[in-house]
Amino acid sequence: MLTASRKRSGVLPGFGLTLGFTLLYLSLLVLIPLAGLPIRSTSMGWEAFWQTVSDPRVTSSYRLTMTTSFLAACINGLFGLIVAWVLVRYRFPGRRFVDAAIDLPFALPTAVAGITLTTLYAPNGWLGRPLAKLGIPVVFTPSGITIALIFIGSPFVIRTLQPVIQDLDVELEEAATSLGAGRWQVIRRVILPYLFPAWLTGVALAFARAIGEYGSVVFIAGNMPMRTEITPLLIVTKLEQYDYAGATAVALVLLVMSFALLLMINLLQGWTERRIAH
Amino acid sequence: MSIEVRNLTKTFGSFTALRDVSFTVTSGELVALLGPSGSGKTTLLRTIAGLEAPDAGSVLFDGDDATERSPKDRRVGFVFQHYALFRHMTVFENVAFGLRVRPRAERPSDGEIRRKVDELLALVQLEYLGDRYPAQLSGGQRQRVALARALAVEPRALLLDEPFGALDAKVRQELRRWLRRLHGQIHLTSVFVTHDQEEALELANRVVVMNDGTIEQDGTPEEVVEHPATPFVMNFVGNVNMFHGRVQAGKALLGPLALQYPAHESAEARSASGYTRPHEIEITRSEDGSGLWATVSDVRRTGAIVKMELSDERGGLIQVELGRDQFDRLHPSTGERVYLKPKRVRVFMHE
Repeated sequence: MLTASRKRSGVLPGFGLTLGFTLLYLSLLVLIPLAGLPIRSTSMGWEAFWQTVSDPRVTSSYRLTMTTSFLAACINGLFGLIVAWVLVRYRFPGRRFVDAAIDLPFALPTAVAGITLTTLYAPNGWLGRPLAKLGIPVVFTPSGITIALIFIGSPFVIRTLQPVIQDLDVELEEAATSLGAGRWQVIRRVILPYLFPAWLTGVALAFARAIGEYGSVVFIAGNMPMRTEITPLLIVTKLEQYDYAGATAVALVLLVMSFALLLMINLLQGWTERRIAH
Repeated sequence: MSIEVRNLTKTFGSFTALRDVSFTVTSGELVALLGPSGSGKTTLLRTIAGLEAPDAGSVLFDGDDATERSPKDRRVGFVFQHYALFRHMTVFENVAFGLRVRPRAERPSDGEIRRKVDELLALVQLEYLGDRYPAQLSGGQRQRVALARALAVEPRALLLDEPFGALDAKVRQELRRWLRRLHGQIHLTSVFVTHDQEEALELANRVVVMNDGTIEQDGTPEEVVEHPATPFVMNFVGNVNMFHGRVQAGKALLGPLALQYPAHESAEARSASGYTRPHEIEITRSEDGSGLWATVSDVRRTGAIVKMELSDERGGLIQVELGRDQFDRLHPSTGERVYLKPKRVRVFMHE
């Protein structure tokens, strides 16, 4: 039989070719460099590895990086949602200008952002002075780090939400309203569940970016060991002392933690998306 | 509930969707708003639901002014053309939505909601699909979920925007019949919008024909078909053949046709058009002086009727529909010259 002897192939051609390219590309640019981390750190032996990553200075940097990144991602999640909503749903003068400005944190060299923020929030800066008067120090504290992380992570939530809000049919809100739902009920029961998967993606991206951020943080953090020293800075410090194995060990733990968190977010997303898939 | 619309006007920028529209729907009626796209029929429906605020005029429910009332408080069920189902909720939760968002004091218990929703799902014949998500349903099923959801809040009137527009012909037929039966069961005041004249005539007790933001005719399906008030209605409700000419001294001279026209006895000539439907033309082979000669150019059998296209002496196209038996008795062939005798011509004088 002709059909039986013929190999079944997908409707879209080029599956083999594109998969091959994907794997090669990912291997060369992502997997091989990342694989270098565990390989390099195994050279130091389990004992030394454990000693390096359980050092109080290192663990406190993990704690600091994770909490400030998480906090920044949450704040970006909240305000990003509001900004994206306003930009898509309302027409006001200067909307295009604001929309274009959203991407600036992507384009700006992070060091420039860091220096600018430090100048602004320093005790004699525009924003730092009134805050200092209120007894709220920003520069050289975890709040300063969080502010820098909010700055560099802000585009992610906005940019992932915008197309989804654009697609959100006004008819859904009208349907809910004509069924007797109040404004708040429409938001809580109809709009937010729709936006949730995309919002989660945005927050995850902002969070991931914050964990690895270095340039904008080092200026505002002050980098005091045990207090305002973030993990990426610690890694750079170790590299400068030619402690390559130690640097990769610290990086490996950071990598595993980030991966676990992102995997969890992805699973949660898959679960919510499966229910509303087409 | 009766609905009265008084002098509604609505513009969108420079486009006028409604021009001083007034009409009434008495309690328990099933009314069709029929018209081409852009005629304002959907705007009118949305204004009744409160989804659109009119520039002028008012909407009355049972005699009470509801113009300023929010759609939330109108208790009017609205079924959207593309269903607007909440795709993150199951069919059950979609239908239960209107009950769950009620203020705590009026909200039924979970058991009551379950009973009510199951009852509605049975009514729309979807009792086994409560756990599905909208994405897993066919178009016809989604439409019925949308209907059940609108009915759950016990609306005082039901408004449907092109309810069958997105469905294929077979499903549309079925749902139409089903909706008619449902209306017979629950007698809920209903208004639906459609651009399909067949749907309007088949389903509604009353048809409101709209064009360019105004009402052209408001009457029973029979009135609209048999006594169209304007050339627009004549044209829109079914196919027509048109003959241009003039009326003068009690006679209408429309191209090859000459008819008595007692409505215009004056000697002054006025331009006019005559309209006749394809099934209102008889075909013979002998001339009797009241018709015209034409040549058969195309014959198509479509089930019970045969559609013919003919061209008159001046090359104008004339459509004729004959019953199968009638056609077989005469059996005109393509290229043959036959005599056409309109049984009925409606004449409209031009303004």
